[in-house]
Amino acid sequence: MSDGDTPVLRPGWGYASVTDKIAGLVLTRPLRWPWLAAFLATLAGTLVYLGAMTFLFIKGVGIWGVDIPVGWGFALANFVWWVGIGHAGTFISAVLLLLRQKWRTSINRFAEAMTLFAAGMAGLFPILHLGRPWFAYWLAPYPDRMNLWPQWRSPLVWDVFAIGTYLIVSALFWYLGMLPDLATLRDRAPTRAKQVAYGLLALGWRGESRHWARHETAYLLLAGLATPLVVSVHSVVAMDFAIGNTPGYHSTIFPPYFVAGALFSGFAMVLTLAIPLRRAFALEDFITARHLDNAAKVLLATGSLVAYGYLVENFMAFFSGDRYEIAMAVDRWTGAYAPVYWAMMACNVVLPQVLWWRAARRSTLLLFALSIVVNLGMWMERLTIVVQSTSHDFMPSAWGLFVPTRWDWIFLAGSISMFAWLFLTFIRLLPAISISEMRELVKEQADG
Amino acid sequence: MAEAPWGLMAEYETPEALVAAAQAAHDAGHRHAEAYAPYPVEGLAEALGFRGSRLPAFVLAGGVLGGLGGYLLQWYAAVRSYPVETGARPLHSWPMFVPVSFETTILCACLVAFFGVLLANGLPRLAHPIFDAPDFELASRNRFFLVLRTDDPAFDTARASALLDATNPLRRVEVPR
Repeated sequence: MSDGDTPVLRPGWGYASVTDKIAGLVLTRPLRWPWLAAFLATLAGTLVYLGAMTFLFIKGVGIWGVDIPVGWGFALANFVWWVGIGHAGTFISAVLLLLRQKWRTSINRFAEAMTLFAAGMAGLFPILHLGRPWFAYWLAPYPDRMNLWPQWRSPLVWDVFAIGTYLIVSALFWYLGMLPDLATLRDRAPTRAKQVAYGLLALGWRGESRHWARHETAYLLLAGLATPLVVSVHSVVAMDFAIGNTPGYHSTIFPPYFVAGALFSGFAMVLTLAIPLRRAFALEDFITARHLDNAAKVLLATGSLVAYGYLVENFMAFFSGDRYEIAMAVDRWTGAYAPVYWAMMACNVVLPQVLWWRAARRSTLLLFALSIVVNLGMWMERLTIVVQSTSHDFMPSAWGLFVPTRWDWIFLAGSISMFAWLFLTFIRLLPAISISEMRELVKEQADG
Repeated sequence: MAEAPWGLMAEYETPEALVAAAQAAHDAGHRHAEAYAPYPVEGLAEALGFRGSRLPAFVLAGGVLGGLGGYLLQWYAAVRSYPVETGARPLHSWPMFVPVSFETTILCACLVAFFGVLLANGLPRLAHPIFDAPDFELASRNRFFLVLRTDDPAFDTARASALLDATNPLRRVEVPR
């Protein structure tokens, strides 16, 4: 059976049944223990995370393993990792919308939620790492009494604008797309409280034809604007590194290589979330084998780009003839962090090659395992770039190792917990799949 | 005397029936007819005489203003308000101002697109006569509705009723004001 034969929506669904199924997940589905257990566990993790933040604010960044020369440590590796994960949502929603890929319809909503939560987790880390986070607002340009302005020539300031814009635009895009579905929930709500809550969120959306026409225009415009934005955000993050002259940072391949890595880790996270979601909520008819197969292909393609990035990075180190760049490359292979480097190679380059086989792309269990492997691999890549590069720069006298403390791990685990908690909350409060777009899909399939 | 109703509403099962009815209403001179559907039906707004939205022009303007504003902000801060000379490098270092200008362009264009569509659609508007119409909660599920408003100059109760009945609706009701 060829890939094209599996439809993006299994036959037999109509406007009413699609609506009732997705709305029912939010409105009428009873609480079940697996969700509740996961919710409570991640809530506990979130509270630990908030407690750890409080401790960090009291004691300062010294509770982490960061020191000179490795001043960035886990915080910045986590930041880059989370921003990267946050890229797939907008890519699926905006780029695949512009390319008229029908398989985006049933996965765009929760992928956008994933983007929003991941970008939120990412945005926290630089602030936590500031040392004096209560002065974070100094990054904003405003006429202050100190007569100081942000340093516009610094990529770190560009980052504030890029991430800030990305967060706002992703939220607007997500909310605008959800308005009609919130109206659907309002109209189906079984209790007065839910009716009022969804009614307020739906802003009185009533589905008038001119409203739909303007909504479509605005949604397309936002998609068109979000597309270059996605590329710009991780490019700017890459320039945080590339503009510095540290060996291992100072490389022109960084922006495209970071964007490819972002999509790679983002699609991995989409699979990590989609596979349990479709199983738990019986959404196999909407998120079909075709979706998983396509996402696996994107994973394979972006993984190949990432592998090319590794290759070019190493090639350029030697081609440049720069002894510091060469020493850096050799240190990656054989130095203190070599196990991380080779584990990253295994996770990001070697293991994803199984996706060349259709049987592997059709095996849900294998895809799920592989998506976790890729997430791990991409985290190790961020760690290698952030930590290994700064630990081994020009002068041997300036070299030094970074060893994570217990707090470093708590912050990493805490952010994962909080992300999962937000996602679990989202799938029970808001429609995880776009209902109105599924109705359009029903219509398109009926028309053939 | 009872207040005149807000409009006459007909309910349809298919989008094709709604588009045909909308076209008939427009042809009969109804300029304020409204059609409701659970998803964007192709050609429906056009059948009612909608000639496209001016939103893209406003979004373009928002983007241009955002970009210029972002660039001017940096120029003012780095050249006028707080010039720092470092080794005779130019204060007006325009390539370094591009990323932030790009982000403010996208941000402002998106804000205009988002708030523009709400403004043009007259949202938020939590109370509306149509919400009291029977069956209207199905407009966000699987039914399609056409409303002929009584405040339309072309509206005449007898003729409007006949027009709607001729389109074979599932049912026709009055929507109270």
